[in-house]
Amino acid sequence: MSGPRVPGRAGRRWWPLVVRYVLLLGVLALTIGPFLWQLSTSLKGPGEDIYRFPPSLLPQRPTLANYGAVAEVVPVWDFALNSLRVAAASVLTNCAGAALAGYALARLRFRGRRVALLVFLAALLVPAESILVAQFLTMRQFQLNDTLLGVVLPGSIGALNVLLMRNAFAALPPEVEEAAFVDGANAWQRFTRIALPSARGTLAVVAVFAFMGAWDDFLWPLIVLSDQSKFTLTVGLNYLHGTFADNQRLVAAGSVIAVLPLIVLFACLQRSFFRGAGEGAVKG
Amino acid sequence: MRTEAERRPARGIRTRLPVSPWLFLAPGLLITGGFTLYPFLSTVARSFTDARTLTAGRFTGGANYRELVHDPVFWTALRNSLLYVAGVVPPLVVLPLLLALLVQRQVPGIAFFRAAFYTPVVASVVVTGLIWVWLLDDRGLVNAVLSALGSGRAGFLSDPWLLLGSAMAVTVWKGLGYYMIVYLAALARVPRELHEACAVDGAGAVRRFLTVTVPAVRPTMVLVAALAAVNACRVFSEVYLLAGPGGGPGGEDTTLVMLVQQAGTGLSGRTGYASALSVVVFVLTLGLMLLVLRADRTADR
Repeated sequence: MSGPRVPGRAGRRWWPLVVRYVLLLGVLALTIGPFLWQLSTSLKGPGEDIYRFPPSLLPQRPTLANYGAVAEVVPVWDFALNSLRVAAASVLTNCAGAALAGYALARLRFRGRRVALLVFLAALLVPAESILVAQFLTMRQFQLNDTLLGVVLPGSIGALNVLLMRNAFAALPPEVEEAAFVDGANAWQRFTRIALPSARGTLAVVAVFAFMGAWDDFLWPLIVLSDQSKFTLTVGLNYLHGTFADNQRLVAAGSVIAVLPLIVLFACLQRSFFRGAGEGAVKG
Repeated sequence: MRTEAERRPARGIRTRLPVSPWLFLAPGLLITGGFTLYPFLSTVARSFTDARTLTAGRFTGGANYRELVHDPVFWTALRNSLLYVAGVVPPLVVLPLLLALLVQRQVPGIAFFRAAFYTPVVASVVVTGLIWVWLLDDRGLVNAVLSALGSGRAGFLSDPWLLLGSAMAVTVWKGLGYYMIVYLAALARVPRELHEACAVDGAGAVRRFLTVTVPAVRPTMVLVAALAAVNACRVFSEVYLLAGPGGGPGGEDTTLVMLVQQAGTGLSGRTGYASALSVVVFVLTLGLMLLVLRADRTADR
């Protein structure tokens, strides 16, 4: 906000930086604070008043008892396992299906390629929420309601992922594959040995988003699952919240179980996650 | 990404067997066709029938749509969904841009701040919803702070309007990091010389923001507006978690997608009627997208 000011050089240097850090810490408190409050609540024992004022930000005597207790009222570890199965399956199907289709769209010449591309583009225009009822009925028809397969199937090969992979393959230089073609390599060999290794970066992006999307999804599993033993973590948490709403410590422990694996995964991957956006930024 | 692919109109290599490309495409086409395009067409068709979960139903013409228009619950839901768009889109266009400017400069520790600001995006909407249910509880942290400040407690989760506003706040809070990254990529493409030239002319930070940054990232702002609008129009989870499955006191906070879920699923679901609602959701999202893109084009002139 400074106009043409005339203070000493040193003064001009440090105060914008201080303001910047104060703002950064303020936003940090807003984005991370709620998670920490939930974590703190989950560690407070029954002897500690979680409603007391002024609130105690740190648990006085931290205990893991709530994590054991939540597993007693709902099978939270089964929920976690179900979520893990769904997410892992979704990663596999999305990576394989999107890479295969994307490769054909980007690199193979055949009649009907434009039509195939149009199918995926058209699918992008249909919001999942507008076809819930039809998907629910389809699952009933195939007797896949209340199964984890039914949870995975509709999002198993996202149209957006197919288009991402197509663009990744299309951006590779075609000469290597043309040379391999001349040497007699067939489409499958060119795909697995030349194209796929070069598109690893985009494949990783597809994998991460498929995992997060499946792990975090709520509405579809809520509709398709009805038996508690099949619940994924999000549906199970909603059930926990609905049934034990007055026990905040349990709900807090459950939500920490649900979010921790993702935060750890994200913390491990964040460097590559932000590579595109971060490295390109203006260096100050 | 589009331009990279378009630059080289890779014509591709013909395969020896004409069927090979289709083998590559088969899984993707099957899933996309079977679980997106076919359900869409069948939803449109079913919206003209009186189908229920257990019965196929007969053609009833526009009966579902006529019933919709006379259903006060539908109008409440439509109002809430549109209010959601109006309430959520402006902050989601502006705040992440300011946030991106804040984290753009490479100061020590900035990678940590960026990752931390992205955390709410990574967490499931159910987790963030429950976190805020606890924070906004009548005896929760936010009310404790409010009463300490002397302004008295607010019924964030009991007053229908405050509830809707709280859900919007959660949506904005959760979306900040995502759109921040989108803006960060756009800001990286703004030529530095523009800022320097402007600074030499004696323009302050606010002037520079308005005359250099905003015009340069305007296409991204339009994109963010379109994405945020489409997502807001399909809102379900935030309201479902904060207000409960019934949509708050007297169902006053029901949104369109909540209505679809209530009406069309389960064994007694009125799938025909819910399909008509689904078609409304589809038309609304598409319409909003076109509206945002069109607004951008008129502003260009």
